[in-house]
Amino acid sequence: MAAMREEHDVLGDLMRGSLDHCVKCTICETVCPVSNVTPLFPGPKYVGPQAERFRTPGELSPDASLDYCSGCGKCTQVCPQGVHIAEINTQARARLKERDGFSLRDRVMARPPLSGRLGTPVAPLANRVLANRPVRRLAERLVGLHHEAPVPRFAGRTFQGWAKRHRSPEGVRRVAYFHGCGANWYEPDVGEMTVALLERAGCHVDIPRGQACCGLPLQSNGQFDAARRYVRAMAAALAPAARSGVDIVGTSTSCTLMLKREAREILGLMDDPDLRVVSEHVYDICEYLVALHDRGELRLDFRPLPLTVTYHAPCQQQGHGIGKPALELMALVPELRVIDMDATCCGVAGTYGLKREKYDIAMKVGANLFGQITAERPDLAVCDSETCRWQIERATGVSTVHPLEILHRAAGPA
Amino acid sequence: MIPDVIVIGTGLAGLSAAVRLGDAGARVLVLAKGVGGTHLGAGTIDVLGYAGPSSEAEDGGRLNRVQRPLAALADLPPGHPYGQVGAEGVAAAVDWFKERIASGPLAPYAYEGGLEDNLLLPTAVGAVRPSAVVPETMAAGDVRNGGRVCVVGFRALKDFHAPLLADNLARAPEGVEARGVELDLAPGGEPDVSSLGFARGFDEAAFRAEVAAQVGGRLRVDERVAFPATLGVADPHGTWSELERQLGRPVFEIPTLPPSVPGIRLFNSLRHALRRGGGEIILGAAVTGADRDGDRVTALRTRVGLRETLHRAPWIVLATGGFASGGVALDSRWNARETALGLPLARLPEPGGERFRPNYFDEHPLSRAGVAVDGDLRPVGANGDRLLDNVLVAGATLAGAVPWKEKSGDGLSLATGFKAAELIIQESDLGQRAAQATAEA
Repeated sequence: MAAMREEHDVLGDLMRGSLDHCVKCTICETVCPVSNVTPLFPGPKYVGPQAERFRTPGELSPDASLDYCSGCGKCTQVCPQGVHIAEINTQARARLKERDGFSLRDRVMARPPLSGRLGTPVAPLANRVLANRPVRRLAERLVGLHHEAPVPRFAGRTFQGWAKRHRSPEGVRRVAYFHGCGANWYEPDVGEMTVALLERAGCHVDIPRGQACCGLPLQSNGQFDAARRYVRAMAAALAPAARSGVDIVGTSTSCTLMLKREAREILGLMDDPDLRVVSEHVYDICEYLVALHDRGELRLDFRPLPLTVTYHAPCQQQGHGIGKPALELMALVPELRVIDMDATCCGVAGTYGLKREKYDIAMKVGANLFGQITAERPDLAVCDSETCRWQIERATGVSTVHPLEILHRAAGPA
Repeated sequence: MIPDVIVIGTGLAGLSAAVRLGDAGARVLVLAKGVGGTHLGAGTIDVLGYAGPSSEAEDGGRLNRVQRPLAALADLPPGHPYGQVGAEGVAAAVDWFKERIASGPLAPYAYEGGLEDNLLLPTAVGAVRPSAVVPETMAAGDVRNGGRVCVVGFRALKDFHAPLLADNLARAPEGVEARGVELDLAPGGEPDVSSLGFARGFDEAAFRAEVAAQVGGRLRVDERVAFPATLGVADPHGTWSELERQLGRPVFEIPTLPPSVPGIRLFNSLRHALRRGGGEIILGAAVTGADRDGDRVTALRTRVGLRETLHRAPWIVLATGGFASGGVALDSRWNARETALGLPLARLPEPGGERFRPNYFDEHPLSRAGVAVDGDLRPVGANGDRLLDNVLVAGATLAGAVPWKEKSGDGLSLATGFKAAELIIQESDLGQRAAQATAEA
C-alpha cells in the first residue's frame, strides 16, 4: 500500500503543481459565472493559483471566499496554460470544510441515497411535505435549505426495482448502464427510456447491481473521505463489466465525468484499480451514441417530432471535452427544431444553488440562460444533467428533459 | 458527424480560418487547449509596425517605424511568413475581417483603417505604437496630429494610471498636450474591478450617465477624451457614441492590461459567426498527437482522464501559437518540436548555442523559431520538402517572424489563417458545394 500512496502523493502534487503554469492572464475570470454576478467570490485566479501559494498544512486558506466557488469547472476548461484551477479550488475547499466541520445540511444533501431510501417508500407524503411552503420556510431557517430551491420529487419507485424484473434481449453488442442516483430515486423513467433506446439500437444492456452514489455531491461539498468510499464502491460495482470489455454508459453527465476523470484527479484515487478500468470504459450516453452513429452502427430510424426545443449543454458535460453530441443526435430527428442556448451555466451546480446563502447567486448566474429559454417559447427544454434540469424547469416553468427522452419519443413505441 | 476541417487553436489565426471556412459551407470543428490570445492583446490588427533593412535586423537593435504597411510588406527579409501570403493576400484578409466584424452581432461596431497608413495610438503607459486596423472606438486616439487629450482613469481599475499615462504621452514628439483625471467610481462600488467588470458597468445606462456627469464638468476647451478600453462589451458602438454625444467631443479607448475588452468583443464576434455557420469549439481539448498515413494526418488525439479520443477530418489547420502559447517548445535537452503534431522546427540555434542576446531589442537567435511552410502553408522539413499534404499552418506557429518587435502578430495570424481557409476552399470540393447550394437556393 505504501508504494501506491506515494504514487498518489506525487500525482496529487502534479495537479497542484500546475498552478506554476499560471501567467495571471485572467482568462478564467472572464468566464467565471459566479464572480461575474457577485462580489462574494473574487474569482478563480484569485482563490486558485494565487491563494494556493499561501496555503500550508498549518494555514489552510487565507480567505474563506473560496466557499463561494460553485465547482462548475469552466475555469479549467478555458485556461490556455493547462492549470487545473477548479480541481485546485475543490481540494482547497475540502481542507477548509474539514477544519470548519460539515453542517447537517451538507451531510444530508451530499448523500442522495440517504434521502432516496427515506423518501421513496413514503413518496406522496414526502413530496407534499417538500412542496409545503411553511415547511420549506422552516427548513430554510433550521438547516439552510433555501425555500425556493428546486428539490426533486421522489418517484415512489426505483429504477433498480424495475431493472431486477427486466430481461434485456440479446443484441449485436453489450453495454452496461450506469444509472446513478438521479435515475434510481427521482427519474426512473429516464433509466427505462435509456435501456429501451439502447435495446432498439441493437444493444444488450447489463445493469450492474449494487450501484449507489458515485460520491460527486460529497466531493463538491468537501467531504472527501466519504466521497472516496462512495466512488470506490461504485467503481467496484461497475469494474467487472469494464474488465470484460463492456463499455459503460451513463445518463447523468456529471456523475459520468466523476468516474471518467474527477475522482482520480480531485480525490487523488490514482491507485484504485477498479476506478482505473472504469474510467477507461465509461461514456456519456450521447458521446457513446454519436460514436456508434459515426461508425454507421446506430440502428435507429426516427419518426418526425414537430417540436421546438432549446438545448443547454451543462458545465460538467462540457468538461468531457466531447463538444455537444446531444445536438448531433437530435439533428437526426425529422421536423425537430433545436435551438442551442448560448449561456455559460444554469447556476445550480449540483447542490450549490439549493443552499440558503447561495440560492440568489445561483439564480443570478442562470438568469441569462433562463431569459434565452423563455424568449424562444419552446415546447420543451433539453439538458443532460438532472440538477440543471430541475433548476431550469423551476426557474422558467418550461418542462425540461434529458436528450435521451427526445430520442426515445422520436424512436416511437417499443 | 465527421467535420470537413478541424482547426487546432482558438486565437485570431484559428478563428479567422474557422469562420472563413464556415462561411464557405464547411463543417468546422475547433479543438483548443483553452481560450486564445484575443483576450490578452489590444484587440487591434497590427499588421506591420516596425521593419528595417534585413542587414539591420541581423545586426539587432531597433527597427524603423513603418508608416505605410502595404509598401513595407514587400521589403521584408526572405523567409518572413508574410512572404507566403503576399501584400495582396494580407489586404484581402483585412477587407474580409472588417466586413465580418461590421456585419457581426456587435454591428454597427466596426474596425477602421487599412494597409495604406498606420495610426499611432497611445498605450496604457502612454507610449505610442503603430497599428493598421483598429476598433472605431480607438481611432480618435491617433496622436499624429497632436491636439489636447484628457485621459480618464478609475481608481478601482488596476494598472491604468491616467496621470502617468498622460505625462508620458505628453513627452511624445508628436506634440500632444495631455492630462489625467481619476474617478472614484466603480460598478457596484467595488474596490477592485477588472476591465471586463468596468465594461459590464458601461453596459448599464446608469453607470454611463454617472461617468458622463462626473467627466463632463472637468473637460477643457478642445480636449478629446480617452478612457480605458472598457466602453461596453454588449454594445460598444452604442456606449461610445453616446459618450461622444453627451461630452460633445471625440472619445476614444486606450487598451488595458488583460483581460482585453476589445479582444473579448473580437472573440465573441468571430465565435458568434462560427456558431451561426454550424461550427463548434471544444475547449480543454489540447491535441496531443496525430495518426498519420503517409503524408496525411488521419486523426488527431485529445485526452480526457485516461482515454484518448480520435478526431478525424480530411483537412487540418494548425494554429496553436508559438512559445508563449505552448504551440512550439524547446526543452533543456534541446528537443525542439511543434507540440500538437510533432512537426520539426526551423530557424533554431545550434544545439547548446546561444538562445538570447543581452539586450531586449537584439536579434535573439531563438526569436524566429517555428514551423517552416511552403507557399501553400504546408509544413516543410529542413530540405524544403513538404511533410504533410492535408495540414496547413497559420499564425504564431510559423517560423521567420518576430511579432513582438515588428508589431506584426495580429496581421500574420489573420492573413495566414484566412489564406489557409482560402486554400482549403480551392483545393477541396467546398467551393463547388457552396456554388451548388447558391444555385439551388
